[in-house]
Amino acid sequence: MTPAGSAATERTIPVWDGKVRIRVQSKGSGPALLFLHGPWGLAWDPFLDELAKSFTVHAPEHPGTTPDTPDDIYQLDNLWDLVLCYDEALQALGISGATLVGHSFGGMLACELAAAYPARVGRLALIAPLGFWRDSDRVVNWMMLDPARLPGYVFRDPGSEAARRMFGTADDPDAATAARVRLAWSMGATGKFIWPIPDKGLKKRIHRVSAPTLLVWGKEDRLVPPVYADEFTRRIAGARVQTVDGAGHVPHLERPEVVGRMIRDFVAG
Amino acid sequence: MKISAFHLMPHRELPDDFEKRYESVWVTPPWHELADAERVGQYYNWTLDELMFAARAGFDGVCTNEHHQNAYGFMPSPNIMGAVLAKATNGTNVAIVQMGATLPTSNPPIRVAEEYAMLDCISGGRLVAGLPLGSAMDVNLCYGITPMEHRERYREAFALTLKAWQSRELFAWNGRYYQLANVNLWPRPIQQPHPPVWVPGSGSISTFDFAVDNDVCYCFLSYSGAKAAKTMMQGYWDVVAKKGRETNPYRAGFLQLVAVAETDAAAEAKYARHVEYFYHKCLHWPIQYLSPPGNQDYRSLVAAAKSNVRRAEDTKALRYRDFVEKGYVIAGSAATVRDRIKEEVVKGLRVGNLMVLLQIGSMPHELTLENMDRFAREVLPSLRGEWNDEGWVNSWWPERLRGGAAVPAAAPVGAGRA
Repeated sequence: MTPAGSAATERTIPVWDGKVRIRVQSKGSGPALLFLHGPWGLAWDPFLDELAKSFTVHAPEHPGTTPDTPDDIYQLDNLWDLVLCYDEALQALGISGATLVGHSFGGMLACELAAAYPARVGRLALIAPLGFWRDSDRVVNWMMLDPARLPGYVFRDPGSEAARRMFGTADDPDAATAARVRLAWSMGATGKFIWPIPDKGLKKRIHRVSAPTLLVWGKEDRLVPPVYADEFTRRIAGARVQTVDGAGHVPHLERPEVVGRMIRDFVAG
Repeated sequence: MKISAFHLMPHRELPDDFEKRYESVWVTPPWHELADAERVGQYYNWTLDELMFAARAGFDGVCTNEHHQNAYGFMPSPNIMGAVLAKATNGTNVAIVQMGATLPTSNPPIRVAEEYAMLDCISGGRLVAGLPLGSAMDVNLCYGITPMEHRERYREAFALTLKAWQSRELFAWNGRYYQLANVNLWPRPIQQPHPPVWVPGSGSISTFDFAVDNDVCYCFLSYSGAKAAKTMMQGYWDVVAKKGRETNPYRAGFLQLVAVAETDAAAEAKYARHVEYFYHKCLHWPIQYLSPPGNQDYRSLVAAAKSNVRRAEDTKALRYRDFVEKGYVIAGSAATVRDRIKEEVVKGLRVGNLMVLLQIGSMPHELTLENMDRFAREVLPSLRGEWNDEGWVNSWWPERLRGGAAVPAAAPVGAGRA
């Protein structure tokens, strides 16, 4: 479709009887790959460019996180509604048997989709996914952190270029305000499905996942400790874990080439 | 005007280095390090005794409120306190002002409608029904309600409560958040069509609209004083005018911290450390607790992000004289207090339903009674006639208590009604 290096194309898919609009950015060539973003919103990043070299990448924005349609989130009451919305979106994109890649909240959602619609998912790659809870290794609630400390929980190096792209403030005051609003609203709209503890019953449904599954975890994830990989590998037959050195909760942004290669190899393998 | 005594029921003996050692007074303060149940039992009894003292001293109402996991105010059920006060004030004209039981933390929320109806029955129709949205700390952080659902749940529960009080027939409630197939409240309130409703808020634009649309008394429960509230309350009155309601001052309530002594200097000597304890320790929490993502609707979020220059002042850097000068606390001699309340609260904010907080932070029992006594004898009588010249009806006060001054209790406490 589009060559790597060019801008992603954008389309909006109406779902939920037209009440929810899902904006999808697409780029690349090759087999279809769906990327589901985490709690901090979607920005086309070097990792997606990396994937676009080998795949036709479709990256939807979760309901409500698109700045033009913030109130669409009020149309959905729970995770079941959200999973159905994505089934409709995948239908509209004509995606079946594709690779699903999800990060954090998006990883939990990708796993739910793979459990609800096994035939839609060819391969499943989960990057630091949410979905489980251990009292001994509590997931840090990023929505309750001091905003100044949040980058240090998400990134191993909060001073990195990737961290600045996600949390940095623009020089232009209007752009900075818009970025703050977008970040807060993205956390609120995704947080709606996981507050106050991100265990919403995946443990009851995950046995339905039949796709080959890869888990990717940053070795220094301070938000969702890497021990959570065990919750997935003991429930999904044949699931493998690969850890990423020098990375926190966003290994795909901290080491885009490394994680991109892991996913390419996993799909090829 | 109507003047009620408000109480938070605070921990009065937090350690001197509390705000340095602990991250928050709310949600996370460790009980076992900071409190003792026997001692806390004493606090509850002091609180009740102080409010009863206020009731006998001539205040028009006594107010309690709800907080959770909070060392500055731990009445998780204000209705338990309200029940004691309702019984003990029978035979007086004192209103039981519940500010109040929080709808989104009560499941199903008709529990609040039931308990308020009980209080109205026990008190002989003296209830003011505060129906607060509740803070993010209480509702989202302690009680686990999803921030984005907080306001929607409140609005649905509010409508359900009003209908449950008034419906002549059993009805089914098929709501988004609450489903009840047989709503048929026992008991119903004495006051008809329902007890007066007050909605506390903290300045959110959407709450102004809600309060005016529902024709309730909007109460700004501020700890920052009337001076700081002026712009915000003007915003409320603008909405009142825009929506075509009369600008009846009884449509507004305000909470003001007050400390009265023989002279201004005596007030400083008596109250300075308790005021500083309140602002330095009791209001100690991480700022992000106030608004987890999704708690504000998108419109309010955008408005707040644009006006981020209007950040709350760092009260830890202020001392007693700053708090008095800036109007956080109105303190001093009776004349000083009276003049400032008239100027800053009554006229400044156009408030008809005044609430005063007279037990402040670490203030001990005896000093609290002294503050209440001075206020009741030397300040309250000169405020009571405010607004009388304009002839407004306080439609947000129990109807049988709307006439003149509250009479001190004639019957011995506990003698019961009639």
